[in-house]
Amino acid sequence: MNPPTQGYKVAPVPAAEVTGQSQSGASSVTYRGATKRYANASAPAVDHLDLEVAAGEICVLVGPSGCGKTTSMRMVNRMIEMTEGDILIGGESIKRRDAARLRREIGYVIQQVGLFPHRTIAQNIATVPQLLGWDRERVRARTSELLDLVGLDPELADRYPVQLSGGQQQRVGVARALAVDPPVMLMDEPFGAIDPINRERLQNEFLRLQAEIRKTVLFVTHDIDEAIKMGDRIAIMKEHGRVEQYATPAEVLMAPANEFVEDFVGADRALKRLSLMRVRDIRLWKAPLARAGQATAEVRAALDAPEVEVPYALLVDDRERPRGWLTTRDLAGDTVPATADAPLGPVLETGDVMRDALADLLQGESMYAPVVDHGGAVVGILSVEIISEFLASPEAKTEEQPAVERPRG
Amino acid sequence: MASALPGLPLAAAVGEVGEGFFKERTGATLPCQARPSHLFCWDWATEHINRFGTPTVQQFELVVISVLIGFAIAFGLALLAHRFRLLQWPLLAGTGILFAIPSVAFFLLLLPITGTGRETAIIALSAYTLQIIYRNVMSGLANVPESAKDAARGMGLTDRQILWRVELPLAIPEIVGGLRIATVSTVAIATLAVFVNAGGLGTQIYSESNLTFPTAIIIAGGIAMLMALAFDAVFLTVQRLATPWRRAAAEASA
Repeated sequence: MNPPTQGYKVAPVPAAEVTGQSQSGASSVTYRGATKRYANASAPAVDHLDLEVAAGEICVLVGPSGCGKTTSMRMVNRMIEMTEGDILIGGESIKRRDAARLRREIGYVIQQVGLFPHRTIAQNIATVPQLLGWDRERVRARTSELLDLVGLDPELADRYPVQLSGGQQQRVGVARALAVDPPVMLMDEPFGAIDPINRERLQNEFLRLQAEIRKTVLFVTHDIDEAIKMGDRIAIMKEHGRVEQYATPAEVLMAPANEFVEDFVGADRALKRLSLMRVRDIRLWKAPLARAGQATAEVRAALDAPEVEVPYALLVDDRERPRGWLTTRDLAGDTVPATADAPLGPVLETGDVMRDALADLLQGESMYAPVVDHGGAVVGILSVEIISEFLASPEAKTEEQPAVERPRG
Repeated sequence: MASALPGLPLAAAVGEVGEGFFKERTGATLPCQARPSHLFCWDWATEHINRFGTPTVQQFELVVISVLIGFAIAFGLALLAHRFRLLQWPLLAGTGILFAIPSVAFFLLLLPITGTGRETAIIALSAYTLQIIYRNVMSGLANVPESAKDAARGMGLTDRQILWRVELPLAIPEIVGGLRIATVSTVAIATLAVFVNAGGLGTQIYSESNLTFPTAIIIAGGIAMLMALAFDAVFLTVQRLATPWRRAAAEASA
């Protein structure tokens, strides 16, 4: 039974396509009754954790502070030694491995980044390659490759960490963790100390990067929004590392396993759904397009048409790239001027996450924003109204019905 | 501690040690030497400047050897305490007690055990450097950011690699800082080596005749001061060269 769709296509952001088999250089991580008991604590910090993280997936461990998520993560590279149970990486028990050697094969990113202040960016990135005895030429080639991969200027290679911004430092942290192309990455609140705007950028960058490198990532956060955004799967944890639900973000939002999950995910689940949607998933509006030199009469006629959705004409160049919004004053002459009176405001891309798009609209204090494709050409207009209509629509209210297809995996 | 200007009783305690240079100054021949409380006698200075050569070299050797030995011991103790935390306080207390012994007393107390000579002076001087160097190495290691150590461990550095590649390099500013203070204060205390007949600039300072004729004190004291400043400058340069990242930090915050 489908609810009225009002023309909006709602689809979750696809989970990683790969679930089972090993991608190039990624290994699955399997917790088997992994337990951590501290000597002077009555209850175990992590109690018989069973969890299967498929190769190439981002698994987010999320939960309130003290739930054991960080302990669970740190057991994987034996920064914390299990007292019971086992963890397998690619089917092999970590217990038989020498701890230091094991850690060199697992990328490690922490909230405080932990760059070595006395070593240059290049030297920081080269830490593990040097431990493994790579020759200088190989180290240098890999370093510049990694700087490029995380989007840092190669000129930064010889700077010291203190000369970089927080966001740049965290990118170096990620590059350093990726240096020897480890099959598994552990990320402990990696973007927790970054300001919200840069955090969003770093999250997006990491997701783009992950689409390329397909690592198995264990990602710890206390922020459910970040979990929904970053995770292929989310493990929602309660105290003692008990997993209350382990599912895709869409599933967690639409069918919370119990009251704890429901509370943790929060009342604004409809709003959170926006994190799972891209701008291309919603039906956009059309605005009359105008080109410099075009007769204004044509544009005015288009604006007067009954089916018009946006009451302003958008000035575009010869490749349909948006240039500005035309006001009545612009249209007073005979032909459309080359520059528009009103500033363009935010420009969105079809691949943008809806939640970020809404934030951009609100931040830009604009009602409408042109949406462009990869080539920068306008494909439609997104408005605050479209989003609020979506939020009011029954599909967004996920309590009653599973209106959305069950995500794969 | 250097306030212990040797009066007669002390000279008596030193015994025959001081005899030699006490006699040298008698039989004043220069006019300014005869005038009481004349601060600086240029004529005497130009005529006798050579007599300061050997004491200066002795002083320099005393300082370098004592600081080197003190550093080796204190650094070793600090690494030990860094590895075995329980040792931290006993070692701090132990070096602290050595540091608290009045210097003249220390030199004289060693006399019956180790006799007179350079070894005795070096033992006392090294003992004085322990506390300062130990304390600074420890605080340098303690100030290494926890996150850098955690990241290092998480990337697969062994404890030893973390110590030598991360912790100690980052502690350099404080370690060198400790060496600076230790060396400068050793230059001052080493003038007391004369009481155990170990030479040094003290031979030109502690003299009965100097009480009324301070020219030699001023020259010897001046040399000691210059020596201290020179050591300081050397350490500052070493510190700067060994820690390029700190300059980067200073520029970044400017």
